[in-house]
Amino acid sequence: MARSKRRLGKWTRRGLITAGVLAGGTLVIGVAIRPGHRAPRLRDVVADPDEALLNLWVKIGPDNRTTAIVPHAEMGQGVHTALAQMLADELDADWNLVDVQEAPAHEEYANHNLAKGFLFGDAQIPRALVGTVDGVVLKLTQAMDLQVTGGSLSVRATGLHGMRVAGAAAREMLAKAAAAGWDVPERELVLRNSHILHEPSGRTATYAEFAAAAAQISPSSKPRLKDSKAFSLIGTSVRRQDVPAKVDGSAAFGIDAQPPDLKTATVRSCPVFGGRVAAVDDTAALKLAGIERVVNLGDAVAVVADGYWHASQGLAALAIKWTTNGRDAIDQAAVFAQFDGVLAQAEVDDAGDVEVEEGDCEAALAAASKRLEAEYRVPYLAHAAMEPMNCTAWLHDGVCEIWTGTQNPLGARAAAADAIGFDPDNVIVHNAYLGGAFGRRSVHDYVVQAVRVAKAANAPTKLIWSREEDIAQDRYRPAVTSRFRAGLDDKGRPIVWTNLYVDKHEPAEAPRIPYAIDNQRIASMPSPTHVPFGVWRAVDHSQHAFFTESFIDELAVLANADPYRFRHDLLARKPRHRKVLDAAANAAGWGNALEPGRGRGIALHESFGSIVAEVVETRMDAGNVRVERVVCAIDAGYAVNPDGLTAQMESGIVYGLTAALYGELCLENGRVKQSNFHDYPMLRIDEMPQVKTVIVDSGGPLGGAGEPGTPPLAPALANAIHDATGVRIRELPVSKHDLNV
Amino acid sequence: MTEVTINGVARRLDSDPDMPLLWAIREEVGLTGTKFGCGIAQCGACTVHLNGAAIRSCTTPLRAAAGRSVTTIEGLATNDGLHRVQQAWIDEQVPQCGYCQSGQIMSAAALLARTPTPTDDAIDAAMRGNICRCGTYARIRRAIKRAAGQERSGG
Repeated sequence: MARSKRRLGKWTRRGLITAGVLAGGTLVIGVAIRPGHRAPRLRDVVADPDEALLNLWVKIGPDNRTTAIVPHAEMGQGVHTALAQMLADELDADWNLVDVQEAPAHEEYANHNLAKGFLFGDAQIPRALVGTVDGVVLKLTQAMDLQVTGGSLSVRATGLHGMRVAGAAAREMLAKAAAAGWDVPERELVLRNSHILHEPSGRTATYAEFAAAAAQISPSSKPRLKDSKAFSLIGTSVRRQDVPAKVDGSAAFGIDAQPPDLKTATVRSCPVFGGRVAAVDDTAALKLAGIERVVNLGDAVAVVADGYWHASQGLAALAIKWTTNGRDAIDQAAVFAQFDGVLAQAEVDDAGDVEVEEGDCEAALAAASKRLEAEYRVPYLAHAAMEPMNCTAWLHDGVCEIWTGTQNPLGARAAAADAIGFDPDNVIVHNAYLGGAFGRRSVHDYVVQAVRVAKAANAPTKLIWSREEDIAQDRYRPAVTSRFRAGLDDKGRPIVWTNLYVDKHEPAEAPRIPYAIDNQRIASMPSPTHVPFGVWRAVDHSQHAFFTESFIDELAVLANADPYRFRHDLLARKPRHRKVLDAAANAAGWGNALEPGRGRGIALHESFGSIVAEVVETRMDAGNVRVERVVCAIDAGYAVNPDGLTAQMESGIVYGLTAALYGELCLENGRVKQSNFHDYPMLRIDEMPQVKTVIVDSGGPLGGAGEPGTPPLAPALANAIHDATGVRIRELPVSKHDLNV
Repeated sequence: MTEVTINGVARRLDSDPDMPLLWAIREEVGLTGTKFGCGIAQCGACTVHLNGAAIRSCTTPLRAAAGRSVTTIEGLATNDGLHRVQQAWIDEQVPQCGYCQSGQIMSAAALLARTPTPTDDAIDAAMRGNICRCGTYARIRRAIKRAAGQERSGG
């Protein structure tokens, strides 16, 4: 493919996209790319020389099919479909002619908007996600080169600023090309269903027919986006594109990679975090059938075999001695005692990293008619994605190919390259469907292990973690202790709210409350442990929503007020929040009498740009709590795919319910005591409540969908249990508590 | 050498007869639709049919399948098209990440073969061995009822 011409026109919208058009070869008609470098790589993704790449996210083939190239991994959240909808709508493409393809891990596809949003502070990216890219060895990658799926950002950043703009720009270029080709005014053209019509002359053409000519048109610097009233696909529940392959066994996950002559490995890392291998005796293991070699990775030992079963038998036969630096003396009680000590000292010293400081809290507490103090706790949690961590690596011909499921392909590439001393350009990432992620697949410990083991084995090797390893070596939702003090005036209105907690991560605003309380102080204290931190669905929001929305409920009870009305009255300056709260309460029939033994609780929390309220209804069954129904209202700006948004609410609610009812990991001898689904239980179908979702289309900025459904669940459940039993749950999970009252 | 029929094809498998059927299916036969989730029969991702009954292949040794017939997710559809459970899964838009869904569908298909119009309790009993971390349970229930001809909602 000869490159005949290269133009680098400016193409920006809201200063977020800088790009140009590369016209290479006869039928490659355009690639929007940052000026300066890396253009030839893009030709690699034009598999068919007759295909045309119209800009960064779009190519139009000779069969008139439009392929949306999305820079995000599909991990169940329906992002491929939602992003394609946004592109196809602006492009006026025939939905049946639209395909979705995940972008390869090249810098060209990095999500600039995500990075910009982070730098400009108008979007929240968990710092841990950024950290996986920052400071890596990727020599051409700067801080702007992110290709991360996380922070519920796919639709609201890539979709809004990338896909829609890309579709609109492509449409404009096609229209201009057709107008020139037919010598007719552009305004007389109609673009619809991947066809261009000129009604006065009766001419019609497919997009493909004008694709090559469109490549010669400089893209508009600000393509006009449709008014929401003109949407034809956005806002509709088109079917997900990934579903057919997920019902017949053909969907390929990372664990399904099958390069030739494949070996299989499994691994055990030091169960005490931060520990190292002191000695390993592999005599017994090497005598077993199918074992190829034992690889000491320094902090872990891997066994390479002819299959997973033999590898796991070999691993079980190893005698490994670990160096743990005294951390094997730490148990869960010691961690909470450490937190308590830090908080007590901070109270004495009036210390803390202050997030909010308004009014005079001490004076207000002194003046309050009623006061309340409470301490809340949550335990460590694992992600427990259904697909155990795995990665297949093959070093050959100077390159390293890896097959895995990752939320951050560029980060995976950088981590793999660093681990084996390769140039990142020589690492090829084949990203597959993710069998669940929830934040876990944004760090690449398993990728690093896989490439090191494959290098040592000198053979293509698939590393599969056991479920036990997945639970023992997660990056955990941190345990947190959070203390509150509050006071009511003589009319029962809250006038002061103080909150001091360990240990702050991301996003910083997680403990903020939407309620009008004049005197507030929210502060945190660091209290590091040896347990590795991970971004878990909704990150810090999931813990803090439990704390704040339970404690505001306690204040409502103290004020003898209805918990819903109490919140409602404090939201006069937050109309979007109030509307969502009202929507959930109304849909749940708040105020209707409940049968004895039943309870109802409400909670409201904003995260990742979306506001969610949930009402949980419980029934006590011989001391066990049964969750009968969850009514959820969400304002995510507007719903790109209402059924997809509803599915994400159902998903976030089940994830939150599993955690609230059962989720608990305990440290024992410096390691996680639990090991598999028998002692780290998951919600099952017979415990599934009815879920009803109400979508509040406020027309506000687009919010996230994957995470915001999770945070309100735990407090709404705890508040319902209080309503039913009078027991106030201040420590999760619920299963720790005796509710036989 | 273990003789076993997989998706209607008679095979002679070299794998160790003590090896869990899951790994023989995935690694020797190369059918990867059946998934590894926990290895202790707690999650159901590895569910296949053994002589028509839903079993957990991660704890069933290959030798237990000797002389018997195994059906995996790849063998559920016929020349006439998708199994009605698979079609119902599409119609109700059940899968999210999709990793557990092969096992869910195999459990549901075995249920309906035995109990054509299951009650909610029967669905609970048949499906509670299959975990879904994406929380698609409500849609799974609807899809089973749709496949049973009991419900025509959604989709």
